[in-house]
Amino acid sequence: MLLTVLSGLIFSCLIVPFGKILKTKWSIILPIVPFLLFAFFAAQIPLVSSGNSLYQHIDWVSSLGINFDFKLDGLSLLFSLLITGIGTAIFVYALSYLKGHRYFDRFFGYLLLFMSAMLGVVLSDNILLLFIFWELTSISSFFLIGFNNDNADSRKSAITALTITGLGGFFLLAALILLGNISGTFIISELVQSKEVILNHPLYPLLILFIFIGAFTKSAQFPFHFWLPGAMKAPTPVSAYLHSATMVKAGIYLLARFTPILGDSELWHYSLMIVGGITMLYASIHSLFRIDLKSILAYSTIAALGILTFLIGVGTQEAMVAVAVFILAHALYKAVLFLVTGIIDHETGTRDITVLRGLGRVLLPVTIASIIAAASSAGLPFVTFGFIGKDLIYEATLHYPNMEWIWILTGIAIVTNVGIVAAGLMAGVKPFLGKLPQQFEKIHLPPFSMWLPPLLLSALSIVFGLLPWWAGNYLTGSAANAIHGSSFPQENLAIWHGPNLVFLLSIVTLVLGVIVYLVNKPSLSKLQAVEKLNNISPQSIITGCANSFLRLSDWITGLSHNGYLRSYHLKIILFAEGLLAYKLWKSGPIVLDFDQLTRPDLYEIAVVLVLLGALFIVVSTASRLTAVVSMSVIGYCTCLIFVFYSAPDLAMTQFTIDTLSTVLFVLVLYRLPSFINFASKKILYRDAAVSIGFGLILSLVALRVWSEPIAKDISDFYGENAYILAKGKNVVNVILVDFRGIDTMFETVVLSIAALGVYSLIRLRLKPTEKE
Amino acid sequence: MRSPILQSATKYLLPILLLFSFFLLLRGHYYPGGGFVGGLVASIAFVLHSFSNGTEATMRLLKRKPLSLIPVGLGISVMSVTLPLLFGLPPMTGLWFEQPIPVIGMIGSSLFFDLGVYLVVIGVVLTILFTISLDNNLDEKK
Amino acid sequence: MELILIILLGLLYAAGVYLILRRSMVKLLLGIMLLGSGTNILIFLLGGIVKGKPPVIDEDAKLFQDIFADPIPQSLILTAIVISFALTAFAIVLLKRVYALVNSDDLDDLNTPEEEDI
Repeated sequence: MLLTVLSGLIFSCLIVPFGKILKTKWSIILPIVPFLLFAFFAAQIPLVSSGNSLYQHIDWVSSLGINFDFKLDGLSLLFSLLITGIGTAIFVYALSYLKGHRYFDRFFGYLLLFMSAMLGVVLSDNILLLFIFWELTSISSFFLIGFNNDNADSRKSAITALTITGLGGFFLLAALILLGNISGTFIISELVQSKEVILNHPLYPLLILFIFIGAFTKSAQFPFHFWLPGAMKAPTPVSAYLHSATMVKAGIYLLARFTPILGDSELWHYSLMIVGGITMLYASIHSLFRIDLKSILAYSTIAALGILTFLIGVGTQEAMVAVAVFILAHALYKAVLFLVTGIIDHETGTRDITVLRGLGRVLLPVTIASIIAAASSAGLPFVTFGFIGKDLIYEATLHYPNMEWIWILTGIAIVTNVGIVAAGLMAGVKPFLGKLPQQFEKIHLPPFSMWLPPLLLSALSIVFGLLPWWAGNYLTGSAANAIHGSSFPQENLAIWHGPNLVFLLSIVTLVLGVIVYLVNKPSLSKLQAVEKLNNISPQSIITGCANSFLRLSDWITGLSHNGYLRSYHLKIILFAEGLLAYKLWKSGPIVLDFDQLTRPDLYEIAVVLVLLGALFIVVSTASRLTAVVSMSVIGYCTCLIFVFYSAPDLAMTQFTIDTLSTVLFVLVLYRLPSFINFASKKILYRDAAVSIGFGLILSLVALRVWSEPIAKDISDFYGENAYILAKGKNVVNVILVDFRGIDTMFETVVLSIAALGVYSLIRLRLKPTEKE
Repeated sequence: MRSPILQSATKYLLPILLLFSFFLLLRGHYYPGGGFVGGLVASIAFVLHSFSNGTEATMRLLKRKPLSLIPVGLGISVMSVTLPLLFGLPPMTGLWFEQPIPVIGMIGSSLFFDLGVYLVVIGVVLTILFTISLDNNLDEKK
Repeated sequence: MELILIILLGLLYAAGVYLILRRSMVKLLLGIMLLGSGTNILIFLLGGIVKGKPPVIDEDAKLFQDIFADPIPQSLILTAIVISFALTAFAIVLLKRVYALVNSDDLDDLNTPEEEDI
């Protein structure tokens, strides 16, 4: 399975060197990649549907618990088949859709990257591995949304999507690490066993809150839904693939995957039901006011995702079956609707449903695909798979254990479904009916590689609709078991349960949906009326927050970064003073042992006094030369202190360095003008106070440290072994050239770099034009 | 600073100081001294020469750019670090000749390391000072 | 003597800080050098100062016979002195170049406001 995940990544890398070839007719090999993967996963159907799972373990970073653990169970298989199957269709479609595009090769690179990442998400059995792939899907989605990178809107949407999903990713990571810490394992199959521990842990509410934020941002749940309509700036194949069929379902997958582990609490159920309920109502009503085809589809996708979240929240066995079936049904019809939209856009150049009419005459195969998909989305009884999905949703809400909730839940489901039916008809049927306007008369059918994939996918809706037991036995059944975390007996999916309440509700939904479709005439003015409410929408609130953050940081930056080096110094020094003073104050009184002090001799005091005098001159003089000379006096006095206190090596080095420094200063500085005193008296006093404070604090620190006993182990070791191990008697030199020789070597390297720097700085002579 | 006294003095001072710096280098392992100090003293000798005779004259005396001493010195240091690897010992192991050599005393790989440091220090200091001083001369000519 | 050294290093630090708060580039450089020598004294002091006992083993002995000055701070400071020379040299040359360009020692002349570019 590692290979299946990596194959996409490998091919994605290969596109870099071979991109040119792929722009020619060799591009035909591209769809073969997802198709082979699809064949591989399809071959696993018998194994998995009989209740087994496929495992694979490869060590990666075992010390951190991050390994390549893969597991293929019913849920993973359902998703893998969708990813690779719809992927194949999308790849074929995109070959023509983007033919001759400048970044044709790049597009497929991103798409392959995404496919791998998504397969990784659904196959990972290790939650950290899952997270890595999860982030990869966000990144590839970012690239694909911003694919038309010369369009400002497109870039903005890409950033919005990345910000929202990236934010969710952080929360997810926190949740996953928390989960791993609580249970002690990162393997999903093992986590199930610590279910009780996790459920009773005090951090459980926080844990699922983080998981929810991760899942909701990815699956565009209210109030994070707004990135998805923006993501429709991506090329249409991308919208069909990532933002409807697969990636946005990653959040659903996550929730489904963690249901057996975390999903046994009221908190879990109610929060999912509430968020899912709000999302589905909000989005399905919203979709009715849109006039852009992709926008309609985006909102109806959000509604569908809301339904899935809601169903996971319901959490009964019926609900799990409904989730599995609805994922499949929705992916099949929504992908088709998107692809059809892409064809319409490609051929007519517009996606405005108030303009589009009568295309049925010119785009016949497309029309057939689109109408089948719309019918499936509307849940047309007896023939479409969408009908079964809708049936099961009602089945789930009607069998909810708490009697009082049944009608509320069912009511929400009905309203949402009515909206989805109407949206599906608006997007899938309306553009093809009526009289063909003159401007569209010259339109002709696109190449078959564009209309065949949607037609095949919509055909699948019919096939599964007619043979529901097949889909149930082989695909959705084991997936539902995996979500529920146990094998439960399932009835065969059937198209006809007899004229019961569920069937009645389906018919009512369908009729209401058609009525809404006929009555509701979306127009620009209505859209604008709705847009006015945008000010209070979550999108404006969140972008508003982001903007005020930007302003805040701008303000702070402006305040603290005034561009004057000395003011930075001042801030740093004041902060260091505060920190050190606090630490000193906390560390208690300083106890001095006066017996330890060495008696100063008179000449030593004289040297120190000379040094202090020179120091005063350096600080106060207005002449540069005086300052330099005083600096060297300070150096020679330090050198004398070294001599007095048994450091002959230091003294010699200090002496020579001091001489050379003075030479250096004189060589350069005698040309510069003398100091000018810019600062006012007030500033001088302030700076003097700050610096004396700093000196005082450092003196105290020194006193404090000095009053503590120091460990002499290392010095003693060097002292004892200098001659025995290194055959040297000057211990300082032995440390430098033997014990710590590598350090010294790198020090010489640093010296060489400084010399090279000086050399090149001097040799760099600017041309007159480059001078200011 | 072209004083004839200084010029004739440096004629003798240069070799003496160089000898002294080498002496500091060799005795560094047993008494105060070593590569750093030795290198600095040698640089001071050349700087003194350049003060009295002009930097161009010192450069002529050196024949090569002092910059070229840096790679030589670094190379010697690296060699003395890695040489023990050839004998199957960990890097930086001190290798010593069996017999002491007259005048110099015991010779070991750490002496070569110090020699590398010595050359690098001379190279660095002279590169810095001479490039600046030559640059100044260039400015004056303009 | 320790107390004297402690006061001395405090003053060195104070002078260094005072100089780096000035507007002149040369003073900035002098301040950094003073901070460096203050640090050297600090390290030297904290290693424990001993009079007249350099860390050199006696001619005819293989081990120290007596207490000796701590060699570790000494080797640290030795390295620091040499490195600070390299730093000073580089900074001085940088200063020279800057002076050649803007013809001033004033740090504020280096602030070409970015607003002008926009």
